[in-house]
Amino acid sequence: MKVHEYQAKEILRNYGVVTPRNVVCRNSDEVPDALAQLGGSVWVVKAQIHAGGRGKGGGVRVVRSEQDAVQAAGEIMQQPLVTPQTGSKGQPVRRLLVEEGIPIQSEIYAGLVVDRTTQRVVLMVSPEGGMEIEEVAAETPEKIHKTFIDPKVGLTGADAESAARFCGVPEELVESAAKLLKSLYSAFWDSDASLAEINPLVVTTDGRVLALDAKMTFDDSAIYRHPELAGYRDLDEESTEEIEATDAGLSYIPLDGNIGCLVNGAGLAMATMDIIKLYGEEPANFLDVGGGATAEQVIAAFKIMLGNDRIRAVLVNIFGGIMRCDVIAEGLVSAFSQIELKVPVVVRLEGTNVERGKQILSDSGLTLILADTMDDAARKVVQAVRGE
Amino acid sequence: MSILVDSNTRVLCQGITGYRGSFFSHRAIEYGTKIVGGVVPGRGGQKHLTLPVFDTVSEAREATDATASVLFVPPHAAKDAVIEAIDAGVELIVCITEGIPMLDMLRIRERLSESDSKMIGPNCPGIIAPGKCNIGIIPTSIYQPGRIGVISRSGTLFYEAVAQLCTDGLGQSTCVGIGADVIQGMAFTDCLELFRDDIETDAVLVIGEIGGAAEEDAAQYLASENFPKPVLGYIAGRHAPPDRRMGHSGAIISAGLGGAERKVEMLRDAGVTLIESPVEIGRTVRRVVRR
Repeated sequence: MKVHEYQAKEILRNYGVVTPRNVVCRNSDEVPDALAQLGGSVWVVKAQIHAGGRGKGGGVRVVRSEQDAVQAAGEIMQQPLVTPQTGSKGQPVRRLLVEEGIPIQSEIYAGLVVDRTTQRVVLMVSPEGGMEIEEVAAETPEKIHKTFIDPKVGLTGADAESAARFCGVPEELVESAAKLLKSLYSAFWDSDASLAEINPLVVTTDGRVLALDAKMTFDDSAIYRHPELAGYRDLDEESTEEIEATDAGLSYIPLDGNIGCLVNGAGLAMATMDIIKLYGEEPANFLDVGGGATAEQVIAAFKIMLGNDRIRAVLVNIFGGIMRCDVIAEGLVSAFSQIELKVPVVVRLEGTNVERGKQILSDSGLTLILADTMDDAARKVVQAVRGE
Repeated sequence: MSILVDSNTRVLCQGITGYRGSFFSHRAIEYGTKIVGGVVPGRGGQKHLTLPVFDTVSEAREATDATASVLFVPPHAAKDAVIEAIDAGVELIVCITEGIPMLDMLRIRERLSESDSKMIGPNCPGIIAPGKCNIGIIPTSIYQPGRIGVISRSGTLFYEAVAQLCTDGLGQSTCVGIGADVIQGMAFTDCLELFRDDIETDAVLVIGEIGGAAEEDAAQYLASENFPKPVLGYIAGRHAPPDRRMGHSGAIISAGLGGAERKVEMLRDAGVTLIESPVEIGRTVRRVVRR
């Protein structure tokens, strides 16, 4: 689960991380009050969307008067913000974060993720703050310092201090920088985060260390034990289909093609997309109904898929292991009694109780195109979409 | 011979009284697997599927001499259940549970590294040595005894691949579904090492997918090892969009890492026969082993 910058900062502040003072605004009319509350003469107006690269898309503006601030806010919210991570349609901006301006002396990168190779949480720091860490890793990897953290011990003071020194933090501020890094680790660990990033972490000209930006992502498998995070989910940042899919326990990703795919298991779903591509057509979606899906989930899956008006044919590819083919067949029959079938549907069933599943489908009187193998199914759906 | 399990493997089921634990234990017994008991806290002394149920893994080990354990426990209970099995000295732990929090898995990994236990999974279909032993949720009907070793991150694609092998007349020595989570027990490399020394395995089929670095690690191992047997590979998700998690928690191409092209290239450079199409798996393996 992703959260907004202002939410990540709220979480980090609870752990003692210092951030610039800020106010969240829902429109430009609220900006003058925010400025008055913050005081000073320089502010930053920041678009709050989940996608990164906001600065590059013009979603972060430094302003020096109320008039400029209101204008910047209006411009940011006027149209969907397009950043390198949003896709060409962009993402509508529903909230702004207005912050006090900070006199920056130096900028640092600090991030925590789980490293697959060592299977430990790794703290990455770099004196190249404000840059994308992937870019730094590709161009000047020697400027990244990694600390692999023993889960039994946590981030030690000594390791945090050497990370701070690596980034050139002035000696008199090393202790407070180390304290901030330790707080970042505590927040990461306590809340089951999968990513916690401060970029940039800044040293100010008046000798403070604070988080100018913050990004946190949480492990979906652990959300159940964090009721305090539930309120942070922002449904506006997800598409309607994605919300319906999540609620039905499905994994759904819309794509650009016109062959809908309903598959059990992520690996087989990806392979199904691959074979459609190899045969010259494009999948309309990735949809995994899971290893043990129910009839209700199959119905939900069809409703979501058929809501996409680009769909010209559907390929159902099920290899029943934990999921029985007769259950899937019943789900399909039940789905089609509720939804009008406007496009050809090719069904391939294999595995546990396959004969009973096929029997249910042929007894149903539905006009389905049955296939025996994955190859057969892919060829048939490609023919169907081409009107052959 | 097979790897990790054989007809003498004695298996416990943690969570045997649950719906899935019960269903799949029953099926495993029918297949001939030596399921010797179950572990369910608070149910010690009871019988289930005619088997003794114990409160703890160590009691069960003592009474049954079990060497392996399969886990059908809910995600929130998985960390303690796996660690209990490690502490009781279970040699092979097969964790079917899906959705274990990542930080719980880090703690499990830490304990595994301090022990002699091996773990398959989590979020995996399990392991089968056809005709000898089946641990997990693998649909046994499609598997046939033979001389191909199979390792897969995915579940249903694993079944698809094996069904194709059987259609082409190729049985399997051992098939391991290692799971597709970010943090997991045994990786491709660990299984390849075992298949290398298994005299009943002639060739190994690796079913990989986008995300992570398990395929890259396997390629490095194969290249450095001068692996003595033919290895074939298929990588799912070559057409997946970046930065989107494709169902499996591990299946995400992020920041240019974990993409299919690099995996394919590294495996090919390591001498692996890459299978381009997911419907050509059986045919390609047959062509290579008959050569």
